[in-house]
Order: sequence, then structure tokens, then C-alpha cells
Amino acid sequence: MASGPREKFDNPTIEWIDSRLPIFTMLNKEYGVFPTPKNFNYFWNFGAIAMFMLITMIVSGIILAMSYTAHVDYAFDSVERIMRDVNSGWLIRYIHMNGASFFFIAVFIHMFRSLYYGSYKQPREILWILGVVIFLLMMATAFMGYVLPWGQMSYWGATVITNLFSAIPFVGESIVTLLWGGFSVDNPTLNRFFALHYLMPFLICAVVFLHVWALHVTGSNNPAGIEPKTKKDTLPFHPYYTMKDTFGLLVFITIYAFFVFYAPDYLGHPDNYIPADPLVTPAHIVPEWYFLPFYAMLRAITFDIGIPFTDITIISAKLGGVITMFGSIALLFVLPWLDTHPIRSARYRPLFKTFLLIFVVNFVFLGYVGSQGADAMVGPIPLSLLGLLATGYYYGFFLAILPWLSKFEKGRDLPPSIHESVLD
Amino acid sequence: MATKTKTPKSNGKKGETRRDFLQLTAGAFGAVGAASVAWPLINSLNPAKDTLALATTEVDLSPLLVGQSITVMWRGKPVFIRRRSEKEIEEARDVDVAALSDKQTDEDRVQKPEWLVLVGICTHLGCVPTGQKSTEPRGEYGGWFCPCHGSHYDTSGRIRKGPAPKNLAVPDYVFTSDTAIKIG
Repeated sequence: MASGPREKFDNPTIEWIDSRLPIFTMLNKEYGVFPTPKNFNYFWNFGAIAMFMLITMIVSGIILAMSYTAHVDYAFDSVERIMRDVNSGWLIRYIHMNGASFFFIAVFIHMFRSLYYGSYKQPREILWILGVVIFLLMMATAFMGYVLPWGQMSYWGATVITNLFSAIPFVGESIVTLLWGGFSVDNPTLNRFFALHYLMPFLICAVVFLHVWALHVTGSNNPAGIEPKTKKDTLPFHPYYTMKDTFGLLVFITIYAFFVFYAPDYLGHPDNYIPADPLVTPAHIVPEWYFLPFYAMLRAITFDIGIPFTDITIISAKLGGVITMFGSIALLFVLPWLDTHPIRSARYRPLFKTFLLIFVVNFVFLGYVGSQGADAMVGPIPLSLLGLLATGYYYGFFLAILPWLSKFEKGRDLPPSIHESVLD
Repeated sequence: MATKTKTPKSNGKKGETRRDFLQLTAGAFGAVGAASVAWPLINSLNPAKDTLALATTEVDLSPLLVGQSITVMWRGKPVFIRRRSEKEIEEARDVDVAALSDKQTDEDRVQKPEWLVLVGICTHLGCVPTGQKSTEPRGEYGGWFCPCHGSHYDTSGRIRKGPAPKNLAVPDYVFTSDTAIKIG
């Protein structure tokens, strides 16, 4: 990383280490003097906040693992023991449980920031793609973690999600048996989910490392969406952004702590305090809130897609739902090639801004649809139909609106430099 | 690396060298070797022998009255057994099979019309449908209703409405006497 000529440090110990492994030179280059656009707003805090949450989850998770037993007969009770008997166990578990939610809050805001300011555009495509990989790994990790307490929602969530793979033609059933290690979600499934739940955060760390590496090659985007040109456009990362990040982080932690101490179960589901029962499905299964929009897209497809006027089904409703759900994330991978408009920031693209804000409202609405029962109605209209329309907008935004805007949106004049955009 | 001019050609064919052959065979052997090591690792995740050895389940049907249902466990899954009433059998047989999404006659799904035996797992995403108790929702066709994603099953356990692609599965079973079955 940091190689070639290097400046000497005054402190002899640091100098001794740095002349052998230039880690202090590297830290200073990447986090000390690193030139950073000077016009960041608070949306730029959420990368650091997400990093903080990742570390929080790993630390609290390792401690929890020391008191947890991954066996169907003991898992639920071992979690209750953590809550009641282990010293501060309740605190550590609530930190971990709510930490998952707040990690997702940070990442959703971080992703919205990238969308709004066009941070995925050339030359930051790989940076964005690595971010989507992290998001996928997080979803897998969160899902497996939710299974571990072995409550009713754990069990049935695991059943529903693993069954998604049975929709794959021909090999689906075999894949599901392979995932389960049996004929239903059972002890082998719990065991392997625990092993993977422990592993995946470290994979996330590895991808985060690549993500940050890529960031430090291209440099950060900024609210104006134009590249820094002169020294006037940037500030050294320390102390300016170390301070701004710390302030934002403290505000974030305050809200997080409020939930941990005063509403620890608000974001969860009470059914998960009922031990898993393979014979009774809860009347209303819902995933954790951060999966709800994707869950709504899974359920939006309630019809088979076949050749018209024949009985031949090409894509069953089940496979259609699964494709729609996974496709919604696959679209994120190709986003840099769907939105090819030369202007990055929504500040200078009024049409893009409007459609993007509708997209956000639509995404929240999908979350609402996902939280309701399968046969819910809004007046005379079945909610699932509205869910289908909202799914249509989600796809339409990426596949039709963005390419169309890329061609036809004129956009406003860009400021000549970051420095001058701040002076406006 | 051999210099360009000295590279030996095999069989005089253009562009194919001994080195290409060696690289291809080495690559192929490496791939086969890697796959043969990977397979036991992947296969270890498949059901273990003790899981596969799970015994069959025997059920005494004699306590069931007409219209009653029981749920038994078989291979970790719920199995629904319903003693159907005349009306339920009639409803199941009065259906235009061609209009079903998973076409099966009721006769194909039962050994004795009175006894309906089903794996109680929704074919959509694996929830347990409600309807075993008469107080639970049974859906629009009087059979079972899956609360997870709204699949309706009829009194033969066939999918009639909702996202599930298939009828509730019928497990292998035999009548060991008039009022007892062995599942599996």
C-alpha cells in the first residue's frame, strides 16, 4: 500500500515501526491528510456509522456466542438465560438485536445518499457494486441471525426463506434438502446457520476493506457531484471529517441507545418469544422490518405466467415471486449502466430528483404492503394489487425511467467548482 | 519460457504446442481433483444417515369421528389426516378437473374416500396451513388456508387459489388394518 519515499516521524518508536511496516504513513495518507471534498453534508456520515455498527455487531455477537447453544432443544432457553441470568446479558443481546436494525438504517440511508448524489456513476461503479455485495451479505447474515433464538418467527422465517430455493426448476427440492440437512428446518439447519452467521461478518469486513480501498482510489463523491479540481475544493480528512463523523455518530448512537434501553422489542416481533413449533405456523408471519419491501415484491406475483390461451405455464407464481424479489437486488448491480446521465447529483437533475423521491415513497409503501396480511384490503381494492403496482414502479424506475432520463433530461448548469458551489 | 522460434510443434498443426497440451491436461486434472475434494464437503451438508433412518409413523385412526382431523409428525413434518364427511367428498369430486391449476382427481389422491392423508405443508413456501380444527379458517373451498401468503386448498387438499403451485402432497402410506395406517 504505502510504499516508496516516506517522511520520517519524530517519535523514535513510531519511526522504528514505520520504517519496517509503514502503517503510520498509510494511516496518515488515507485518514489524516486524505483530501476530501469540503462540501459534505450529514449524508456522508453514514459510511462511518455503518462501519461502527459492523464493529458493534461483531463485538456483541462474539460475546453472545459464548453463552449461546446452537441446538433445537437448548437454543431458545439459552437465549432466555442470556436475558435473565448472564451478567448484563440482556444489554448485550438488546445491543445486538437492535444493532441489526440500526445497521440496516445506516446502510439504507448510505444507499439513498449514493442514489441521490449519483455516487455509483463513473468512475465509482466498482465501489458501488462492492457496496451491493456488502448489502447482500448483510441480508444473509441478518436472516441467519434471526433464526438462532429458535422462536416461532425464527423457525417459520427460516422455513419460508429456504423454501424460496425450491422454486428453482428441476434441482430446487434437492437444494432445499441440502440447505436443511434434513426434510424440514431442524437441528442440522440451526447448527449450520450458527456457523455461517459467525463467519459472514468477517466476509463483510473483507468486502468493506475492498469497498474502502476502492473509495480511496476514486475519492469521495460530494453533494455537487463534480470532481474536486484544486486544493480549494478539499479539506484534509482529519480533523474536519473525523470530527463531523464523530458528531453524526454520537447523534446516531443516542437514538440507537434510546431503542436499546426504552423500546428494545419495538422493532422485533412478539411471536419470536414463543418457542419454535413445527406444527403451528403463526397466523401472520412477517420478516424483520428491513426485509419488508423485498417480501412485498415476493408476494406481489400471485399469478402464473404462461403462453396465452394454453395451459402451459412457463413461470409459476412461486418462481415469479422469487425472481422478482432477487431481481430487485440484481438491478442494483447494473444500476451504473441503467443511469448513464452525465450529471451525478440530483441537485442539478430536477426530473431525476422527482422520480427518485417517488421511488423512496414507493419503497416505503412496499414495506407497508409487506407488513400486512396476504389478504388485506384497502377499501374494495386488495392490497396485493397495490403491491403489484408498487413493484411495477420499482422495476420501472430502474428499467424505463432511468434509461429514459439518461437520454432526455437536460438538467441544470453545473457549478464550475466545488468551491464556487459552496459560495452560492 | 521457450523462445518463439524454438517452441516445438506437435503434429505440425498450427498454433497447437506441446505446452498447450500440457496446460490443458494439467488444468483438467486440477479441476477434476478440486471437484472430487469439493463434493464430500458439499455432500456433508445433505441429510446424515441418522436423519435418513427416521422411522415410519403408524397412526391409529379409530378415535376419529366423521369431520374430525388429526395432525401427526412424520420426518419432522406435520401430516394431516381428515376423516371427510359425505359432503366434503362430494365437493371434492364435483370439481371440473380441467380447470384446476394442478390437475388431479380426488380419486387419485385417496385410497379410501373417507380418509384424506396429506403432508401439511403449503407447497408455496412451507408454512402449515390452518383448517385442521373446525374453528380455524379453512379458506374459500372448505379445506385448508395458508395464512402466510393466502393459498386456498379444497377438501381434497388441491390448490384452488393463491400463490402455491401444487396440491398438498400425498405421502406414501398403507392401511395396515381398517382403522390404522403406516406413513412412509
